[in-house]
Amino acid sequence: MSAPPPHPDTAALDRRDLAWYVDKLVAVLVFVGGVSAVVFIVGIFAFVTHEGWGFVSEHFSLRGFFGSIRWAPTSTSNPTYGALALIAGTASVTGLAMLVAVPFSLGAAIYIAEFATGRTREVLKVLVEMLAAIPSVVWGFIGLSVMNPLIIDVFNVPIGLCVLNSGLILGLMAAPIMTTIAEDALKAVPDTYREAAEALGATRWQVTRRVVLPAARQGLLAAVLLGVGRGFGETMAVLMASGHAINLPTSPFDSVRALTATIAAELGETAVGSTHYQALFALGIFLFVVTFVINLSADLIVRGIRKT
Amino acid sequence: MSDAEIAVRDLTIRYGQHVALKGASFEVRPHEIFGIIGPANSGKTSFLKVLNRMDTFTAGMHFEGQVEVGGRDVRAWRNLYALRRQIGVVFPLPVGLPLSVYDNVAFAPRLAGVRAKADLNVIVEGCLRRAALWDEVKDRLNALGSLLSGGQQQRLTIARALSQKPRILLLDEFSIAVDPVTTMRIEAVLSELKAEMTIVLVTNLVQQARRLADRTAFFLMGECVTVAPTEQFFLRDADLDPRARDYVEGRFG
Repeated sequence: MSAPPPHPDTAALDRRDLAWYVDKLVAVLVFVGGVSAVVFIVGIFAFVTHEGWGFVSEHFSLRGFFGSIRWAPTSTSNPTYGALALIAGTASVTGLAMLVAVPFSLGAAIYIAEFATGRTREVLKVLVEMLAAIPSVVWGFIGLSVMNPLIIDVFNVPIGLCVLNSGLILGLMAAPIMTTIAEDALKAVPDTYREAAEALGATRWQVTRRVVLPAARQGLLAAVLLGVGRGFGETMAVLMASGHAINLPTSPFDSVRALTATIAAELGETAVGSTHYQALFALGIFLFVVTFVINLSADLIVRGIRKT
Repeated sequence: MSDAEIAVRDLTIRYGQHVALKGASFEVRPHEIFGIIGPANSGKTSFLKVLNRMDTFTAGMHFEGQVEVGGRDVRAWRNLYALRRQIGVVFPLPVGLPLSVYDNVAFAPRLAGVRAKADLNVIVEGCLRRAALWDEVKDRLNALGSLLSGGQQQRLTIARALSQKPRILLLDEFSIAVDPVTTMRIEAVLSELKAEMTIVLVTNLVQQARRLADRTAFFLMGECVTVAPTEQFFLRDADLDPRARDYVEGRFG
């Protein structure tokens, strides 16, 4: 037993070389990138709240905002700021969109993940992802120029810009992204489950229904929630296809106006700092909170999957 | 027509260009334990996959030649799910479906249309008893199957395979993830099950084949080298292919 020989070049252990500095620099850069997301979300929320706060503190009342359908901010004698019709408009369009999108996207995801094989599967996946990339103004254009006359003809109604039109458009828009996420959830179910169940004589559909879908249900729920969040926040297509009329809808053929569309259409017309301007930002706060809660729950659900 | 339970003639299995098994011919007799030994990549598992047509599950897998189960070509069944229900499979690593212990065993009977709780109870308890697992899980039948220990899960998959009353039971290196004590218990179970069904036992353990198998096949590099009564593999003066003797005596593989 002897002491280990002294290191021939102990100075090298203290010398910081280029790799050391590059490492530190990269660490700082990626830190900035990572933190910027937090900065932006906090900053945007602070901005929207700041701009809308004047309205919330002076004119806001639960009944006046959530209980009234009268959105008449430009009235000279008696401006009113009832958001109920706008909320109902957004909710009805989103609701119908989900009725369309959920069966379509789950069906597509199950087909791609469980039934399709080889080339068919790959081609379909690419096509679905391309569908998700179509800009929303194109969808709005289809709603305006294709669906509108179609609805007028088929249902014999005076106008085709309505809940039905924008709900269908929004549903088709949300379906691809929901399909992609739902398919990821199905793919996350290990193949050994499928093999074991098939070895027991289960048909492909029995395997899907009794093993794969239950195992993937959290991911599927997250897919639906993200679709809802997408529908809630969508502006352009809804603005173009919904008719943009303030209305508490009683049938799918009623025109409605969405929260987002209202902000987009009116914000440019208002004086900065006016009550109308602040009221629009109050709508923004409401939208922000709703979509934030929806996305957060989707995210928490997805995290739940990873744990189990 | 022979009275073989499984008749294999000129079976060649391919994965794309790769040949996993070439020109194998042998028979498995009713109510015997038929061992298959051989080093890795010899085509043992591929053969099992053909038996219950799990080749449809593997992209690029094809086979030629004839494989008869119960006197009928496995490709002649219009409903291959019905074929699979006659064949129980135990995989190398236990796969507990993400269901409770009870639902794991009740899975196949439910697929077959058994709905009455009382009937299912009888089946589940019977299968778990025969797989030597009942005493350990009877108090937690509603716990997730995947929470059991490795050895318990493997017995759970055996109980699950038994639940469809198979005429053939395929075991693919079942003892890889199982401790020696449990292995011996499962081996005892298999010796009893022989009276009710035909068992094909793929194993890495030459001694396991020696303990259990009535007859044994030796696969090497995609070739079925020898099929013989198991004791022949261990007799010094038996007329045995030298490669099989080398393998059994541990000189390679």
